[in-house]
Amino acid sequence: MRRLRTHAVLLTILAGIAGLWSSPWPGAAVAAATGQNQTPAPSQQTEIELVIGAGDAGTPPRYAVPDFVAGSPDAAEIAKSIGQVLWDDLAFEREFYLIPRDTYSTIPPARSPEQVPFAAWRELGADAVFFGSVQKSGDKVVVQVRLFNVRTRQQVFSKEYSGTASNPRLYAHTVADEVHLQQRALRGVARTKLTFVSDRNKERLLGPVDNREVKEIYISDYDGANQRRITTTRQLNINPSWSPDAKAVAYSSYRNLTPQIFLSLIYQGVLENVTKNVGSNYMPVFSPDGTKLAFVSNRDGNTEIYVMNRDGSNVRRLTNHPAYESTPTWSPNGAQIAFTSDRSGKPQVYIMNAADGSNVRRLTVSESSADRATWSPAPFNEIAYAAQTGEWYDIKIHDLATGMVRQITFGEGSNESPAYSPNGKHLAFTSTRAGGLQVFTIGRDGRGLKQITRSGNNQTPAWSQ
Amino acid sequence: MVSSRRLGIAFAVICLVAAPACSRRKKPDTTPQPAPTIEAPAAVTPAPPPPRPGAQRVEDLQPTSPALSEDSVANRSLDELNRDSPLRPAFFVLDSSDLDEAGRSIVTGNVEVLKKYPQWVVTIEGHCDERGTAEYNLALGERRASAVKTYMVSLGIAPDRLRTVSYGKEFPFDQAHTEDAWSQNRRAHFVITAK
Repeated sequence: MRRLRTHAVLLTILAGIAGLWSSPWPGAAVAAATGQNQTPAPSQQTEIELVIGAGDAGTPPRYAVPDFVAGSPDAAEIAKSIGQVLWDDLAFEREFYLIPRDTYSTIPPARSPEQVPFAAWRELGADAVFFGSVQKSGDKVVVQVRLFNVRTRQQVFSKEYSGTASNPRLYAHTVADEVHLQQRALRGVARTKLTFVSDRNKERLLGPVDNREVKEIYISDYDGANQRRITTTRQLNINPSWSPDAKAVAYSSYRNLTPQIFLSLIYQGVLENVTKNVGSNYMPVFSPDGTKLAFVSNRDGNTEIYVMNRDGSNVRRLTNHPAYESTPTWSPNGAQIAFTSDRSGKPQVYIMNAADGSNVRRLTVSESSADRATWSPAPFNEIAYAAQTGEWYDIKIHDLATGMVRQITFGEGSNESPAYSPNGKHLAFTSTRAGGLQVFTIGRDGRGLKQITRSGNNQTPAWSQ
Repeated sequence: MVSSRRLGIAFAVICLVAAPACSRRKKPDTTPQPAPTIEAPAAVTPAPPPPRPGAQRVEDLQPTSPALSEDSVANRSLDELNRDSPLRPAFFVLDSSDLDEAGRSIVTGNVEVLKKYPQWVVTIEGHCDERGTAEYNLALGERRASAVKTYMVSLGIAPDRLRTVSYGKEFPFDQAHTEDAWSQNRRAHFVITAK
């Protein structure tokens, strides 16, 4: 995967980065020289409009993603996969309207970029259409992708990627992220990952106890593909979270009997016991700059919030209250921490200064109980949490600018442990709605619910950068 | 005593027949293991396969020693003691870490056992039912374990013989989603960790 990414980055540099335009649809046009594209547009115009607008004002541009063309029979499966995953990735962000793929059957497939039947795509209502091809040679593939404005027939995006044939989805994810960046100035999530807790292996806990199943830490792509276990402790492991560089997962493990915070450098196979068996320690969360971890510990007798350096040094206590304090989450600039305390009698969300724990103020004032706050990344300025709604919980979001609270799940099972995507547009959370505990994602507007896990019980997701 | 000795022998026999399942409980593996390196590319790297049920590992083939002594409590292994524990769990009402009269009575009984075996060290596990968030229940489990420890210390048990740990709602005793199951799951469970 990293090898592939290196290739892609190299090619991106060679091709020149097309630049960023922030423009709301419909159709704000920005002109740019064709020389910024890897391949000149066939029309050889001196200027082309790189951002594809919608045909109808007030609606999102309509995109079509036909199957990629396989250069040989053994590339057919990869080509089919890339087309489908690209469609899914683009649909996930809901920046464009993705024309359903089963409506393309009347349109003759293009074997080359020159053969794209623009008139037929226009009849289908497409504003933008992809042409992609896959050449396979041994374990190597070369993927070419072009994006055309259907009305002007101009090419607005052209890239070539090369790498291994083992994870075709990554080519699609890379294209989706680059197209979102170019067309919408949006940081897409197609190459991000989730980490979560699962008991799917149904292994019995080691140790002299009653019937208990181990829970291990897993990672997966943002869409639930490529789910893999990263711990093999045969113990209880909970509260995973990503480092900002997405190369490490911090979590709480009971492998030494009491829960300790471990830092796993997942691509190096390096594991560090950060809290070194001092008390019980939970819920590690990295500061936005990646240098510190906020966490929860009972090392001084009561459950309080602490901050330490990433290597476990310089432990500082931030809260000091006879109630319990838990579930820290950093503000995007690292200056504040939101957390849960039951100092009012029931768990509620509070905010304090991250430097010294000062300036504590209560955020949730109209919930019977609120827990596990998660602070959105910019540009959104909001905090999501699990609120008690009757016997169980639903996800709500508190807008920090207006103080308005909106609910995004509505009583389908219990919904807990929200975690924002790095672009702030989505949340992952745990729900009982499908039986057992499963991880779901949903838009911050409450739309686009998607089930990520299905095997065993899965809980407490965290979303990588 | 006789009956537990018989149980011990019976268990040893079962273990000889079905060694893997029994000795899986033998001892907690406290050695930190490095996470496996995950190599790119992802698609061809399978997850570490779970051990097949019934798959025998070398250490699984060591049968547990049968308990043959006259004092079947003092001479049993920790695993045997905890499997048929003289320490009984104490239960709590919803969202509470207060020991009620029934709970105090159970803990008092456990204190008597610990006074009889002064070398025992015990871990008090705090557990919760599935209501309340996973995060809240970790704190509630801490409080339950701490409340039990405080009460046992007040009855004369040295604090350094009592360790506490919270499992929140991660290990329900009864997996069902009923009031009856929940009442079983709100508990302080006692594990003898040294003798």
